[in-house]
Amino acid sequence: MKHTISVLLQNKPGVLSRVTGLFSGRGFNIDSLSVAETLEKDVSCLTLVTHGDEAIIEQITKQLHKLIDVIKVTDMAEHDHVEREMAMIRIKAEAGTRAEVLRVIDIFRGKVVDVSPKSYVVEVTGSKSKVQAIIDILRPIGIQEIVKTGALAITRGKKF
Amino acid sequence: MKMKGAQAFVKCLEEQGVEVIFGFPGGAVIDLYDELLNTDKLTHVLVRHEQAAVHAADAYGRVKGEVGVALVTSGPGATNTVTGIASAYCDSIPMVVFTGQVPTMLIGNDAFQEVDIVGITRPVTKHNYLVKKPEDLIPTIREAFHLARSGRPGPVLVDLPKDVIGAMVNYTEPKPIKMRTYKPTYEPHPGQVEKACKAILKAKKPVLYVGGGVINANAAETVTELAKKLDIPVTMTLMGLGGFPGTDPLSMGMLGMHGTYYANMAVANCDLLISVGARFDDRVTGRIDAFAPHAKIIHIDIDPSSISKNVRVDIPIVADCLHAVTAMNAWFDQSKDFSKKAAKDQHKEWHKQIKEWKNRHPLGYVEESDIIKPQFVVQKLHELTKGNAIITTEVGQNQMWAAQFYHFNKPRHFMTSGGLGVMGYGFPAAIGAQMAAPKQTVIDIAGDGSIQMNIQELATARQYKCPVKIAILNNNYLGMVRQWQELFYDKRYAHTPMEVAPDFVKLAEAYGAVGLRAKKPSEVEPVIKEALKTKNTVIMDFVISREEGVYPMVPAGKATTEMLLV
Repeated sequence: MKHTISVLLQNKPGVLSRVTGLFSGRGFNIDSLSVAETLEKDVSCLTLVTHGDEAIIEQITKQLHKLIDVIKVTDMAEHDHVEREMAMIRIKAEAGTRAEVLRVIDIFRGKVVDVSPKSYVVEVTGSKSKVQAIIDILRPIGIQEIVKTGALAITRGKKF
Repeated sequence: MKMKGAQAFVKCLEEQGVEVIFGFPGGAVIDLYDELLNTDKLTHVLVRHEQAAVHAADAYGRVKGEVGVALVTSGPGATNTVTGIASAYCDSIPMVVFTGQVPTMLIGNDAFQEVDIVGITRPVTKHNYLVKKPEDLIPTIREAFHLARSGRPGPVLVDLPKDVIGAMVNYTEPKPIKMRTYKPTYEPHPGQVEKACKAILKAKKPVLYVGGGVINANAAETVTELAKKLDIPVTMTLMGLGGFPGTDPLSMGMLGMHGTYYANMAVANCDLLISVGARFDDRVTGRIDAFAPHAKIIHIDIDPSSISKNVRVDIPIVADCLHAVTAMNAWFDQSKDFSKKAAKDQHKEWHKQIKEWKNRHPLGYVEESDIIKPQFVVQKLHELTKGNAIITTEVGQNQMWAAQFYHFNKPRHFMTSGGLGVMGYGFPAAIGAQMAAPKQTVIDIAGDGSIQMNIQELATARQYKCPVKIAILNNNYLGMVRQWQELFYDKRYAHTPMEVAPDFVKLAEAYGAVGLRAKKPSEVEPVIKEALKTKNTVIMDFVISREEGVYPMVPAGKATTEMLLV
């Protein structure tokens, strides 16, 4: 089963390598991963998507927690949360297709962030399935390049 | 107080209570070595290979119950430590390893003797550090010792660039260490303790399964109290030997692949397994689905990730073994439902059954009049040292015979590379153990194959006047692999005969040590007696039965009840 795990880490060199090394060394899988600094400069937040049965996920969270640089591990499956991915897509956009591309992008609430005579660069955010859906729709028109982030996840509500 | 980084390094070691360090100098750490000449409080032991420094530090720490320390240079010095570090990691041994590093400005430039040792050792250390700034030097060293000795102990590596130890730093007195991310749980949850104790009260066929964590936590006496109070039979892992007295009537010896028949049968038939500081290694469990299939499992471990990693646990207790078992003893002492007599009556049938198993297949071997059996040598060593020696082992048959036939009654008397299984561990470990306990008899039980992996340390033993005794069980084979080849590869002895071996007696003499040899059973006792009264390093070369095997044996991947018995 797919799990999204959020990990707060000390923001130091080599910490990400400890996390990824743990996964490769123990034969766990990383489906996607994204990491950046948080409000606190010396703390990073890493969102990691992985899959496995209950026992594997339990080991993943325990082993992550055991790393000395890890502050907190949250399995998002245990919390009501919001999850997003982002993709930037360079799509062929010539005279005949420009209008159709714009229409699709509009439907998906995407944004054109770069225009050239023969292509657009489109930015789209949403759940994994939504991002996949726009890719599927745009593919027949002619996708030239795609870059995607891993998932980001945050719990709903606020802990005040 | 302003001082040079190297001076601060020495001061930090002293303040951490370090008395002996094992190491090998080189260009990157020359400043540290220079500084070591200025202190009388630290003894440096110059080994002949860096791997030996780490094994020696490992055993030194284990005997003393403290953190072992090794110091080596950058590049090859550092990479040579990896096996020793990995061994200490598998066995949860508290240790700090210092490696030299090229100056910070050269890091990443493929400089001479540069290696990313922090990257290399990341998976085999509890934690590791590269000290990039002089101001981080002292706090890092202190944190490294704190991490090594607290929680689940383990090796910590600190990589020291040459310019950092050459820079000026400000030395301040140590303060208690607070880490935002690291707070091991020592105290057990009282609710879980109660659950465990109630389960013990109900059990008719309980088994106590003692691991190395009991020794690490200094909980041997407390565990013994629990076993005796409740009249529970005890089995130990390789790392747990000495965690409960091996000659006690409740002891069933070791379990697992080369465990006793009765320990394995007891675990397979028990209704409650109480694991204290053991991690359910595959060498213990055999086929997982057939391991303790009828039992409720209580698991006491300081490391939450060990719980339910290999087997499903019914009552987990995350805590230090000493604290947890102390709480259990107290619970029984206060409980109205508990009486010693009732416990004894309740387990009567169970003990009877175990006795029957014991009588059916006791631990033993077939004696022969003209050829030395390795088990006989170990038994004689036990007898002539009255079971009081510190025993180290190499890895293989020698290790298992030592585990089976030297009945350890006290903790911190058996040093072996359990988890990683390092050939070449025993001899440097014996040197480390002897440095920690100069007055005790220290014996390395070795094979002719594994002793050759760190034989160069004879020079170290001689230089520091370590009168360690090496008992080579010499069968001219890599014996354990040969045994597997005999059983599972149709006796195709692919590269296990050691066709050329040194004359160990002459080799000992070449280093200024003493060499003795026994070829017949009648020569065993005189050789051991001679060795024990010799104040020098001694090699005893026991020419043993060539094709002797270690039994019982559970073939890898089988259930522990599917034992081969001689």
